[in-house]
Amino acid sequence: MSKLAAEIQSWIGQVRYEEEAEFPVERGYVYTSCAAVENGNPLFWDDKLAEEITGGPIAAPTMLSVWFRPHHWAPGRSQPQQPLQIHFDLKQKLELPEAVMTDNEMIFYEPARPGDRLRTRQILRSVSDVKRTKLGQGRFWVIEVETLNQNDALVGKESYTGFGYRRDEA
Amino acid sequence: MTTTPHVLTADRIKPGDPLPPLAVDVSATTVVLGAIASRDWRPMHHDKDFAVQRNGLKDIFLNTPNQAAWFERYLTDWTGPLGRLGRMKFRMKDSIFPGDTMVFHGVVEKLETDEAGCSWANVALSLTVNEKTMTECAARVALPISAEDNPWKRRGENWKP
Repeated sequence: MSKLAAEIQSWIGQVRYEEEAEFPVERGYVYTSCAAVENGNPLFWDDKLAEEITGGPIAAPTMLSVWFRPHHWAPGRSQPQQPLQIHFDLKQKLELPEAVMTDNEMIFYEPARPGDRLRTRQILRSVSDVKRTKLGQGRFWVIEVETLNQNDALVGKESYTGFGYRRDEA
Repeated sequence: MTTTPHVLTADRIKPGDPLPPLAVDVSATTVVLGAIASRDWRPMHHDKDFAVQRNGLKDIFLNTPNQAAWFERYLTDWTGPLGRLGRMKFRMKDSIFPGDTMVFHGVVEKLETDEAGCSWANVALSLTVNEKTMTECAARVALPISAEDNPWKRRGENWKP
């Protein structure tokens, strides 16, 4: 294993980033997310029904990653901050300029509610040997993200499989 | 309650039951709206030149969290609001582009009741374009056992997704 690969090896299994969301869970994004997929589930549109069924308004469960994606720009920030920073660290360290996500698993626990302050922990689980796909040559990696609320209750776990690659010369 | 929700209880389904298919025409707006709704600012989801020249693809394409949102919508259209998603895993085999008509399909694979008394349906879902599977998805959703049951009331040890 190369020196560079040894450095990456040392990241595996460690909490590499622990971050608090830049803003609380809010309903505007819940409405926008539901509108984007024409999701008419009354839990997200009917407050009285949401109170009866879930004890109050909640965010759609699959919005888990929405709350930790940083603003595209913020005062004092000269470079865009990246969500899932490990993914971008791997691209840079492995010199793989392109990347796509191939697999995604989400497990849902306590619902996220408007006003919740969420935080995440990013953990690199694995990096594959060099593989060739139709996109080019590169490596697969698996990143886990745990999301907790302000009461330290687990809201969800996500696992992402990414493929970082270099395109074949034409 | 201001609306009368559709409620699917576990006793009304069995393994092998299909979910009603859902067809959606994808436009550039579908892709961009989904990316913005999920706060995904990466250019391959709104900038065709970038998607073509940098990613080597034919156009902008649906992002991962937006696909998850489509699968959630498809599932809860079927279950109604008392259906509570526990787990979802999907594999994207190819990209979804503007101009595609994506069709969602699903079939109940397994029904089980856990030790806490929660009823679960394991459902195999797929997203196809021109009958080619673009994304495969496995979901585990809690369903009420009866009209009086509510999976959303489950907390802590009583919620085992």
